[in-house]
Amino acid sequence: MWEYSDKVREHFFNPRNSGPLEEANGIGDVGSIQCGDALRLMLKVDPETEVIQDAHFQTFGCGSAIASSSALTEIIKGMTLDEALQVSNQNIADYLDGLPPEKMHCSVMGREALQAAIANYRGEVWSDDHEEGALICKCFAIDAVMIEDVVKANNLNTVEEVTFYTKAGGGCTSCHEGIEEILARVKSERAGPGETSPPRQQTGTPAQTAAPATAATAATAATAATPAAPKARLTSVQRIKRIEEVLESVRPMLQRDHGDVDLVEVQGKMIYVSLKGACSGCMMEAATLGGIQQKMIEALGELVQVLPVSYMPVEA
Amino acid sequence: MEPIYLDNNATTRVDPVTVEAMLPFFTEHFGNPSSIHAFGSQVGKSLKLARQQIQALLGAEHDSEIIFTSCGTESDSTAILSALKAQPERNTVITTMVEHPAILTLCEWLEKEGYIVHKLKVDKKGRIDMDEYKSLLHDRVAIVSAMWANNETGTLFPVEEMAGLAAARGIMFHTDAVQAVGKIPMNLKDSKIDMLSLSGHKLHAPKGIGVLYLRRGCRFRPLLRGGHQERGRRAGTENAPAIVALGKAAELAMEHLEFENTEVRRLRDKLEKGILARVTHAFVTGDPANRLPNTCNIAFEYVEGEAILLLLNKAGIAASSGSACTSGSLEPSHVMRAMGIPYTAAHGTIRFSLSRYTTEAEVDRVIEAVPPIIAQLRKLSPYWTEKGPLAHPEQAFAPAYA
Repeated sequence: MWEYSDKVREHFFNPRNSGPLEEANGIGDVGSIQCGDALRLMLKVDPETEVIQDAHFQTFGCGSAIASSSALTEIIKGMTLDEALQVSNQNIADYLDGLPPEKMHCSVMGREALQAAIANYRGEVWSDDHEEGALICKCFAIDAVMIEDVVKANNLNTVEEVTFYTKAGGGCTSCHEGIEEILARVKSERAGPGETSPPRQQTGTPAQTAAPATAATAATAATAATPAAPKARLTSVQRIKRIEEVLESVRPMLQRDHGDVDLVEVQGKMIYVSLKGACSGCMMEAATLGGIQQKMIEALGELVQVLPVSYMPVEA
Repeated sequence: MEPIYLDNNATTRVDPVTVEAMLPFFTEHFGNPSSIHAFGSQVGKSLKLARQQIQALLGAEHDSEIIFTSCGTESDSTAILSALKAQPERNTVITTMVEHPAILTLCEWLEKEGYIVHKLKVDKKGRIDMDEYKSLLHDRVAIVSAMWANNETGTLFPVEEMAGLAAARGIMFHTDAVQAVGKIPMNLKDSKIDMLSLSGHKLHAPKGIGVLYLRRGCRFRPLLRGGHQERGRRAGTENAPAIVALGKAAELAMEHLEFENTEVRRLRDKLEKGILARVTHAFVTGDPANRLPNTCNIAFEYVEGEAILLLLNKAGIAASSGSACTSGSLEPSHVMRAMGIPYTAAHGTIRFSLSRYTTEAEVDRVIEAVPPIIAQLRKLSPYWTEKGPLAHPEQAFAPAYA
């Protein structure tokens, strides 16, 4: 069913540090039995040095939840509390040689239990501001709540825009129907209950049928941080220059990984580049282009798409 | 140690006799049954035989009522979409909360398209309320679709009675019978069932072949249009090897029908009693008095299904769980939620589904293997102590968020 790494399997079959810890002085409980995932992290902290001397867990959950809990206790033992707070969910996933995208929330739960336990030790109240929804984009592990928040905050109308802002839908594209559904739902909420058109009569692209911006949506659009649209339009030459500047800024990073990038062509909102050296054909090519694209959008103040040159339409 | 396969509601092993029957249709009998020449006509005859073998298993009146499709899901979609297309003045579908996604996901999409879908509720044992059902039958209903047997619990719906009530109001009736065919006797000609879906790989035929039974006279609109195959009701060149295999599998299923309901049932009951006698805080879900002979679904409280499956798998035992731990929103199986199984148990439901190949020795081994696995996971669970479950698990474990 899942492609679990050997490390995940090993930690699931032989969990480290499981069971209650009598002398615990910091306890973090997260999750719930409703969600099918619950984790209690117990820390024994030296009050003098704030070093975590021992860590135990009890977990109700799937294989990767138990493995993530086990990995977490191994990672943080011997750390100071401040060091432990630097542990991210990605650290937990990396320790296990990766988790399937559907299971990344298990590592998130581990990080949250850690925050909760440290807050408990310090006598603070820890509250979770993080909400997870159904996983939509499996390529980049983006869930429905994240997409909906970004769509609302930035008044997005098309799948393309959602991909620009969140990367969701930028990989295999099979989640585009799911993204369209979120867009339609947010749009009908914006329009208000009386104004929704029956789904069967919906034609045209979402952008064409977008409801006129009300005062409220205009306000959210204005407060949106990106893109910070410059007032005056750039000339073609200015645009190309800025594009080149962005590429110059990322070039050192790519060269460090023995790659490079060249601008090939700009056609309207499409910017075609060729990735060279180690970047070409790399598994992370889509992510690299996504990062460059984000910088382009910020620099140009408009939505553009950065694509590999192989996507460039052949001249008729 | 030989692995033990107790996941026959997911898919089944193809009987060697069936494999033997289908193999020549890849090589010497490769012809297209639509062709005039001898290569084709030989295949055409074999397809006719297969149709008759399936007709016999279903107790259908005519062999032309059997339409070959690619799978159970295609049969389900064909049936419901046909009823809506053929009766544009009717806009309502009645189904149940516990159907397979092949029906439920389609119905959700139909709702988005503007159709009205009523999903019948079920009680704690997974039974529908016939009074609620009767109250919903009106002349805007295009079709009722109710599964014959539930894939997770094996619970049987009274589909023959339901079909009779629908017919009395002039409403078409479809049943998704992929779990039931070959496990319980059927006699469609004496029922009012208009359409029935079956899937080959659930009854020891290969994957990629299904059937839609369509009662003669039932108004129909095809899903796939094209060639004249299946009398124009399902275009596309016939999957001859799989059809021949399905025919053979149907014949074998009929021969083993009594065995399923005696020997397989006895082993299932032994397994269930054996596990429940050794594991506390576990119970059978669904309606034990009225279910498939091969299915047993046990809820193990305070442990999670996937973890159980991984440990079972390590012990060489294949079963399945209704719990789908796939994303941030971790809902236990919709079937368990519909029956109101508490969350403390719904995440730990395990389905054991036997077949006529299951042996007594295998059942004995599973009875031995399960209790330590559950004990091991409960030891890890924050809801469990050495003395058993926490008295008020929801309060004792007070998470920062829920």
